[in-house]
This record gives sequence, C-alpha cells and structure tokens, in this order.
Amino acid sequence: MTYAYFPGCTLKTKAVDLDKWGRASMEALGVTLEELPQWQCCGAVYPLAKDEIATRLSSVRALMAARDQGRPLVTLCSACHHVIKRANYDLAHDETFRSRANAYLAPQTPYAGETQVLHYLEVLRDVVGFDNLAKQVKNPLTGVKIGAYYGCLLLRPSRQMAFDDPENPTILEDFLRAIGAEPVVYAQRNECCGGYVTLEDAGFARSRAAAVADNAAARGAQLLTTACPLCLYNLRQGGSVRTVYFTELLAQALGLKEGQL
Amino acid sequence: MTDWTNRVQEISGVNPRKCMKCGKCTATCPAYDQMEYHPHQFVDMVCTGRVEELMASKGIYTCLGCFACVERCPRSVEPANLIEAVRLAVIRQQGGNHMKPDQIPGLLNEELPQQAITSALRKYSKGG
Repeated sequence: MTYAYFPGCTLKTKAVDLDKWGRASMEALGVTLEELPQWQCCGAVYPLAKDEIATRLSSVRALMAARDQGRPLVTLCSACHHVIKRANYDLAHDETFRSRANAYLAPQTPYAGETQVLHYLEVLRDVVGFDNLAKQVKNPLTGVKIGAYYGCLLLRPSRQMAFDDPENPTILEDFLRAIGAEPVVYAQRNECCGGYVTLEDAGFARSRAAAVADNAAARGAQLLTTACPLCLYNLRQGGSVRTVYFTELLAQALGLKEGQL
Repeated sequence: MTDWTNRVQEISGVNPRKCMKCGKCTATCPAYDQMEYHPHQFVDMVCTGRVEELMASKGIYTCLGCFACVERCPRSVEPANLIEAVRLAVIRQQGGNHMKPDQIPGLLNEELPQQAITSALRKYSKGG
C-alpha cells in the first residue's frame, strides 16, 4: 500500500530522526510513504482568522496533489498534521474559504476537502494494526516505562482533528504496549510544552516543559516520547526526562535501529 | 461599539456574547499568569469594547496557541481565536510587527527546530 507523504520542513533538517525512522519502519511493515513532489511548508501554525486565505494555500496544494494521485495524505509532524487537517476541514465546511482557495489556485477539478488526511499513528493503528505490529517486534522494549507526550496539536480542537479522545487519549499508549514498553499515564501529557513562545521567552517555555517532565517522572516515566519536533526541543531544553521521537522507539523495536535506550 | 471591536469579531468569527463567565478558559490556560488580562477577562473586554487596551497588552504575544481554552469552553466561544484576532489587528498595521526577521539570527541555537522560527514569525509578523 502506498500513501502520499508530507514530511514538512523540520523533518528535513533538525528532526531527521523523526522522518528517517518513520519511513524505514513503515517500509518494514509493508506500507510505502511516497513523498509528495514539490510540497511547500505548511506554515507551522494554523491561521485562526477567517479572512486568512494565502497562509492556508500551501496546505491546499498538498491536499489537491494527494487527491490527484488518488491517495490518502500521511503526515508525521504534529504541527503539519494540525495545519493540513484543519485546512482540509475548512475546505469541506467553509464555503467562503473553499470558493476563494479554488478561485486562486484554479485546479482542473475543484477541490472540496475529499483527501483523507491521516497521521502516521493512525496508519499504524488502522492499517498496520497494533496487534500485527506487536507480532513483528524483534526487540521488545520490555520493562521500559515511557510517558507518551501528546501535546496539543494532534488532539485539539477535537471537532476538527478527530484524532483521539482529547482528554483521555490512548493511541500512543496502545502503540507503546504493542512494542513491549510499559506506558505511563500522567496528567500533563496533553498540556502545552511552551510551543513557539520558546523563541521570545525561553524561561517560560522551560517552566512549561519542566511541569510536563516532572509530572511524568513522578508517575515513574524513565523516558518521554513525542511526534512533535518543537515539543521535543522544549522538553530537551527544560525537562528532566530524556525525550525521543516515537519513530525511534518503533525502529528500535522492529530491529532497524541499533542502540540502547 | 468601537470599530476595533467589530473588526476583531469579524476577523475571528467569534461571538464573545456567548460567554457565560465560568472562567474555565483561564483555569485551563498554561500561560494565564503571563497575561495581564486573563482569557476570561479578554473575552469580556471584547464584549465591552475595550479592544484598544487589549491591543496594547503583552498577553497577545504569550498565548501559546495550545487550544486548551477552545477545547474546554462549554459555550464554544474560542478565546484563542479572539486573542489571535486582536494580535492581527495590531500586526496588520504598518510597522506593527512584533518580531522582525532580522531579529531571528540572534535567537537561534544549534537545536532550535525550523518549526519554532516559522511559528513565531507567523504569529508575530506580517511580511516586511
């Protein structure tokens, strides 16, 4: 099975490990992620203003390109997923935005949000299946207590993201169980890491990250895992618990990535 | 109602009058103590036409965009969308940018992801 894949800017640079191990693992599980040609930066933050059109167009282009290939669009970075999924929701539900985006881009076939946008974790759960994944694990992470850090962008707003229960998500914990690890549930797993404010007020971002990591540590987590490069950065800057991308854990469990946790 | 009040309601598509003043947005906001006007006050000040005071406040740059207030508001008021609209009302003005691209090199470090830079510039500036 082949999916259209939107890696995003950070996965080509600072978050190479998120991308590299993600692709290698999916390939090993029988799913090919084929990078969209000529994709453009999603903009990293979803524009909340109703009258912002241009800042949503790069997402629309990616969505149209996947539609033209007849493939669902898979994202891995939490921010890219958030922006593209919400732009797609707008195309399906906001007639003003839909008509303006189509008028500007003038595609051969008008686009109204038909592309299915999937996060990598959803492909793991719904296409590969966690039970099937568990059977393909070569190096189970037995006994490792890992806190899943969801952050904000995958879950909220749940009406648009429709990813998981926004207050009691389970997809990352189910993933961790499938690779043999012991998930640690803690209250701060879906609260903000400090986000982009880290650029202007690093101290405040560090205090947020410390609140997340301290809470996870108090519940017994030895390691944190995330799908977001900015969360990883903030947690490494301000948190007391080692943080890795979930695709690194996956690749290690599948025997693709060497090394100790 | 001032022009600015109409303008931010138009940009955001939010009707602040739906607010029933339960305070949940402020209670759940991870940045509430970084803001001189907390999210529930922010919604009230848009209602009562005090948008220019909000435009001058630092809090419009400390909203993390985490959507905790949006998710947890029992009345679907979307306070984060109002905060973004007020910030846009400021930065869309000539010379209104809060962060300029030439500041970025001084803020970089070896680990900082591109996502952080793009996000901050998108939130804090409009072109030039």
